This record gives sequence, structure tokens and C-alpha cells, in this order.
Amino acid sequence: MGALQSAPGHQEYIDLAEKTGFSFEQIGVLHKRFKQLSHNQETLRREHFNEIPDLACNPIRAQIVEAFFDRRNIRQNGGGTVEEIGFEEFLVVMSHFRPPSLHMTNEQRENVRREKLRFLFNMHDTDNDGTITLEEYRHVVEELLSRSGTLEKETAKSIADAAMLEVASISMGHMEPDEFYEGITFEHFDKLLIEFEIESKMNIRFLNMDTTTLCK
Amino acid sequence: MAALRPVRRRPAPRLTGLLCVLLLVFVPFASASRDVDSESNETWGRPARSTQEDPDHRTNSSDPHPKKSFPVLSFNYEHVRKPFEISLWILLALLMKLGFHIIPRVSNIVPESCLLIVVGLLLGGIIKAVNEKVSLFDSKFFFLYLLPPIILDAGYFLPIRPFTENLGTILVFAVVGTLWNTFFIGGLMYGVCQIEATQLGDVSLLSCLLFGTIISAVDPVAVLAVFEEIHINELLHILVFGESLLNDAVTVVLYHLFKEFSLAGTVTVVDAVLGVVCFFVVSLGGIMFGVVYGILGAFTSRFTSHTRVIEPLFVFLYSYMAYLSAEIFHLSGIMSLIACGVVMRPYVEANISHKSYTTIKYFLKMWSSVSETLIFIFLGVSTVDGPHDWNWTFVIVTVVLCLVSRVLGVIGLTFIINKFRIVKLTKKDQFIVAYGGLRGAIAFSLGFLLTDSKMKRMFLTAIITVIFFTVFVQGMTIRPLVELLAVKKKKESKASINEEIHTQFLDHLLTGIEDICGHYGHHHWKDKLNRFNKTYVKKLLIAGERSTEPQLISFYNKMEMKQAMMLVESGSAAKLPTVVSSVSMQNIQPRGPSSRRAMPSISKSREQEIRKILRGNLQKTRQRLRSYSRHDLMMDPFEDNMSEVRFRKQRVEMERRMSHYLTVPANRQETTPVRKVWFEPGVSRCSRIINYTL
Repeated sequence: MGALQSAPGHQEYIDLAEKTGFSFEQIGVLHKRFKQLSHNQETLRREHFNEIPDLACNPIRAQIVEAFFDRRNIRQNGGGTVEEIGFEEFLVVMSHFRPPSLHMTNEQRENVRREKLRFLFNMHDTDNDGTITLEEYRHVVEELLSRSGTLEKETAKSIADAAMLEVASISMGHMEPDEFYEGITFEHFDKLLIEFEIESKMNIRFLNMDTTTLCK
Repeated sequence: MAALRPVRRRPAPRLTGLLCVLLLVFVPFASASRDVDSESNETWGRPARSTQEDPDHRTNSSDPHPKKSFPVLSFNYEHVRKPFEISLWILLALLMKLGFHIIPRVSNIVPESCLLIVVGLLLGGIIKAVNEKVSLFDSKFFFLYLLPPIILDAGYFLPIRPFTENLGTILVFAVVGTLWNTFFIGGLMYGVCQIEATQLGDVSLLSCLLFGTIISAVDPVAVLAVFEEIHINELLHILVFGESLLNDAVTVVLYHLFKEFSLAGTVTVVDAVLGVVCFFVVSLGGIMFGVVYGILGAFTSRFTSHTRVIEPLFVFLYSYMAYLSAEIFHLSGIMSLIACGVVMRPYVEANISHKSYTTIKYFLKMWSSVSETLIFIFLGVSTVDGPHDWNWTFVIVTVVLCLVSRVLGVIGLTFIINKFRIVKLTKKDQFIVAYGGLRGAIAFSLGFLLTDSKMKRMFLTAIITVIFFTVFVQGMTIRPLVELLAVKKKKESKASINEEIHTQFLDHLLTGIEDICGHYGHHHWKDKLNRFNKTYVKKLLIAGERSTEPQLISFYNKMEMKQAMMLVESGSAAKLPTVVSSVSMQNIQPRGPSSRRAMPSISKSREQEIRKILRGNLQKTRQRLRSYSRHDLMMDPFEDNMSEVRFRKQRVEMERRMSHYLTVPANRQETTPVRKVWFEPGVSRCSRIINYTL
């Protein structure tokens, strides 16, 4: 059948589907998009991401792009970043945004939640030391406010400080004046956003992506 | 009922009870005295008239008119009758409300709406016993005066984010669900009427459908009244509540449609098509009116910086005008009101002063509370009063059909909706949505508006029965059911800067991922709307520098202000609440030479505001603290030391918490003697800290 010959290795798709949980249609559409972004090459690089026009006005563009090349997100060992990713890694990163299915046990939902939370944590923890320090958090807030016209660095700083204070109060409770709070660990991050219901919020609708409406 | 039988132990309910009894007795006499008054007016009228006849005589001064003694004390009730009766009713309603809350046991089991209806029933009974015809219930009164405050309160404080996220679901439930209910109930009812045994053969199909329309709409007042007390999670609350608000358009269209048709007699295809067009006109037109008035209101609030006192009035009046304007054209007034409140709110809140904001909040809550109370009481009174025609078959079939159609509708629609939702609705959710479909006063008023006939009376009886059933049975049992099914409750929303940061972060993240996927989805359009809002609309509608303030910063400022006020308020109360944690900025700052930070540059006007509040309240605090420690501790002069120590401790606590909130290291080494504070009102550590922070 002609369709099988044009589809790049159905066997590959089955593997990917098992690994990431996407359906075949979704993988097909994403593959098309991957090829469009990479100009039909095998791998994606940072420059390809920077070409997306809609992404240009996003305040946290740099961090999003970095997240794709972060070894922790593409399930490779070791820290740091890679220079280019293949389709499989692309899919793995995308799979963090899949919604939890209806028929999941509580434990599975919890796992999904932790995975999404881990993705967010990795985005904040840029130096990969397992904690989000005050400097890193300040950077996050500054980036969020970076597109708002006036660069109010001082206000960004005080917001980040207040946020950090809140985390410390929630996680540590009581601290002596000479103790120092190193940074937000993953456990503290979890505790902080426990009411946030991230498994319901951090989702993209992969269902009905029509290839004809793919933006350039 | 509770109010009439004063409770044994506590004096307060007894007093309330006595007052209520007095008022209850007075009201029928007030209405009954109408006849007496008209007579007494005549007796007083005569001397008035006669004196009027006499002006020419009086000028002559030789007046042979027999001189009556000057009336020292006169009685003229007609003069103030209408406002007096209105005030009396409102006062009575509020006293009832007061009474219920003093008696906690009852209010835990029975929702307030039920109690109010029962009170209404009793009142109606008393009025009937006095054999007085008080036709209180006027549909016009209900729709023009009682309903708008409740809807405005709901619309103004509508949580936008969950509403827009679930808008699709809400619309499907509101439009398709109501249509399904109408046709199911109307159709099956017609089928039942056709059965020979029921002797209801004269009820036409169109009448049945009209009845179906009236009875199928979920009522926002009843939903609010019941759901407010059970605190379920945000998603379910917004689903049921949103549905009850948005189905107004459908109800209005169908009601007018069937009313016209039942006069005309026949329905053609053209009429049906026109009906559909009418639906779009009614809903979109209503929303458009609301948006226009909302923008006008927001624009006006831009210039009110010199007349702060009348700011709340603009909000109320523009919204009310939106409602009335929509009602002129028979568009959906409720949707207009909601749209106006939603559009106006973000811009108005950026422009008005904090006091105006509080005023708006409390006035809206107050008015909606009074309206709700009055509505339920009137419902009870009208039940006793209204013309009834009890028909067992009709009533029972109605109740059963309502329940069945609601359940079927919800299940069927959820099945379809879940295909498109990311977060699916579980069986528990579906049950609560189905069970929360309460009917209320809107159905009754619509029924009341029908032209009088035997059918109308039958309809009214059935409507009242359904309302009673839903409010009493469903209203009372929903709370234990929620507990039983362990439905997620509303999480206590503590404004957290971290959550706000991450909400925004997530928004941008998801938009970015959508762009990478190449998919113009939900987030993409929301982002575009936000950017449009920021670049054009905000500049137009918000005064001064606030127009360019990013959302995160305004959130942060709002939170700081709230915490500062909370702090000084709690500081002046008798007891200081315990400190949550002893973490302060010192624990977080990186060690090193950076002990002296550059000051955060909040804008000047903000600074002034915060500084004014803190200073003003701190002075009050100081005085109050002083008086507290003096009077409350009741000590001898030489026990001053104790109070001083306590006072100092409180000061330290307050400071620490202030520094906690205002993110400045607490300078705890400086424990200068507190006495200085008492005698030198100008200088204090606290005001010095204000200078540091701001």
C-alpha cells in the first residue's frame, strides 16, 4: 500500500507511541511539523526555533527553547544541554504536555503531576544543581517582566524576593536568623505548588491539529 | 418557626422574636388600615379643604368660620404609606435573616432559602387570616428591582479565568441543555395531557412547550443561595452558576416565541428559523449593550480622581442602565448586566481608590443579600396568596419530568463534551451538575406574567411545587451528599505570589509550545487578546501610569497593600495572631557585602498611599495598644514594667511581621527603650522602618 511506503517506518511510530503515549495521528502531525521546522533535515537546532515568528514576542522564549535542548528533559543522562535534537527527543519533550487520561489511577495522576512539575523545575534550575537559588528565581521574574515595556529591575527583584520568602516560610517554617536558605529543592517546589493542580493546567490540545493551519 | 417561638436560653433571639412578632402583627394591620386611613384622611381633609376655601375670607379677616382647636398631634398614614411599607418589609426580611444566624443549629442543616420561604408562607398565612388582599408580587417589581442587584453582584465578581476556560462547556449546558429540557418536558407533558384519563385535553402543544420553557431554566438566585453555603470546588461552581446565567437568553427567546405562537396558533418553518435568528440577536445584542456600557463606565472612571466619593455610583448606574437598555429591546438583560460588569471591572479597579473599591464590594453584597431575602419571602407569601389549581397528575408528572430530563440532559451532554475537554468531567461532577439544577423565582415570575386563565393557575401551582421541591429537597440534601461523595471542596485561596508567577509563566510557556507545534489554539488567541488589551485598550481606559503596569506588578502591589493593612488591623486588635514562620529576609539574602540594598522603586503615588495607610494606622495602633495595656491588664502603677515588656514584645512582633511582608531586614539589634515611643509621637521605630522600606 502506498501509504505505508510514504510513512517513515510504521514500526518506528509504534516505538514512539509506546514511549511517549501519543497516538499515531498525533505523531504523524508532529512529525510533519518537525520536518517543517527543520527544513527537512534530521535534527533541530536552536536557530530553527528562533525562526518561528510567533515565538519572538514571547517573554520567556529563550527558556522555552533551552528546555528542548536540556538533557534532563529528553531523558538523557548527565547534565547540561545538547546542540541538536532528533524527532524522538522532540516528541519526548512534547509528551510532557499531554493531558492525563480519564481512566487513570490516583497514583498514575500523581506521577504525571510530578513529571510536569519536574519539567517546570528544570526550566527554572538553569545550572542543574538541583535547587533554584535566589538569583535564578530573580532571573525568572525578570524574564517574565522583560516584555512589559519599562524594565523595572528593582520591582522584579523585590517580587522575586517576596516569592522566595514565601517558599522558605512554607517549606522551612522556622529558621534562626543566621541560618541560610539554600534554594528551592524539588520537594519544596512540589509543596509550594501543591494546590496549583498542574496536571489540569499544563496541557496542550494535541487532538485536532489540522496540518493546513500550521503556522509558518 | 424559630423566629416566632423565642428560644429558651438566650436573650437575643427572644428580643428578635418579640420584634418579629410585633412587626408581623403590624404589617397586616398596616395594610388593613388602608380603609381606615381613607376615612381618617377625609376627616382631616375637610378642615384642610375648608381652610383652602377660605383664603379670600381670611384676607378679610372677619371670618365667621367656627374655630377648631389647633391639632397638636395628627395622624396621616397615607402620606408615607408606600415607603413605609417597603421599608417595613425590608426590615422584616433582614430581621429574619439575623434571627437565623443567631440560632446556629438550624442554619447548619437547613439552607437559608428554605427558612425564608417558610417565613414567607407564615406571613402569607397571617395576611390571609386577617383576610386582607395583599397582591404583593409584581413581576415588574421582581424583574426591575429585585433581580438586577443579584445578577450584578454575580457578574462583577465572576471569576474570569475559570469562566473563560470552561466557556464552551457552560454554553453547551446553557443552550443545548435548556433546549433539550424544554422540548423534552413540553413534549412529554403534551403526550400525558392527551391521555384521556387525565382530563387535561385542552392543554395545547404550544402551551405545554411554553410551560416547558418556564420550568426548565436553572435559576441563578437559587443556585447562588444554595451553592454559596456548600463551598464546592471552583469548576463545579462555575459550571452550574455559569449555566444558570447564560440560559437567560434561551429562556427569553423561547418564552416570547411560544407566547407569540400560542396567540397565533400555528407554527411555520419561517417562524422557527426566525426563532433561531432571534436567539442570536437576543444574546449577542445583550452582550453588546453590556460591553458598550462597560467601556463607558471604565472610561468615566478614568477621570474620577478628583471626585472619589461618587465613583461607586458610576459602576452601579452604568450597569443598571445596561440592564434596562437591553430590556427595552427585549434582549437578554442578564447577559447585558454580566457583560457590563465583566468588561468594566479590570479597568475600573485600576482607576478607583481603595475605599471606593470596598464601597462597591459591600454595597453590591448588601443589595444582593436584601434582594435575595425579599425574593424568597415573597415567594412564600405568593404561594399562600396566589390563585391555585391543584391537579395531581400535572404536578407530579412535572416534578418527575424535570428530574428525569435534567439527569438525561447532563449525562448526554457530558458524553459529548468530554470528547472536547482536556480535563474530563467525572461521574461525581456530573451528578453534582445535575443535582444543582435548581429552579427558583424567575420561573415563578415568568409564570406569573401569563395571561390569567385556568391553565395559568395550574401552571403556577406546578411551578411552585417544582420550586419548593428543588429548593427544599435538593437544597437540603446537597450538603450531606457533597460530604458523602467526597466532592472536592473549594481550596482556600491565599493570594500567593508564587502561584501568580507560575500562572503567568505557564501561560507564556503553553503559548510558546503551541507556537512551536504550529497550532493556533486556545492559548494563542488568549495571548493575542492580552497583547491587544495591553497596547490599546488599557492605554485608553486606565488613568495615568497604571496603564502600563504589567499584571504581575499590580498583583504584587495589591498583595503588599492588603498585607500591610491586615497587619495594622491585626496589630490594633486585642490579640496578635501567631506568626506563621520566623523566616525573614536575612535567611534568604546571599551572604556578603550586600547588607544594604537599593530600595525597590514602587511608584511615588503607591508609596504615598502605603505610607499614609501605615502611618495613620500605626498612630492609632500605638494609642490603642497603650490603652489596651493600661485598661485591660488592670494593673497598679508599679506593675508598669509588665505591660512595658508585653508592649515591647508586641512591637517587636509587629515589626518583624512588617519586615516579613515588606521585605526589608528587621533590625533587631535596636531595642531602644519603649517608653520613648509613648512620649515622642513623632519619632518611632515603626515610622523609621517605613522610611526604610519605601
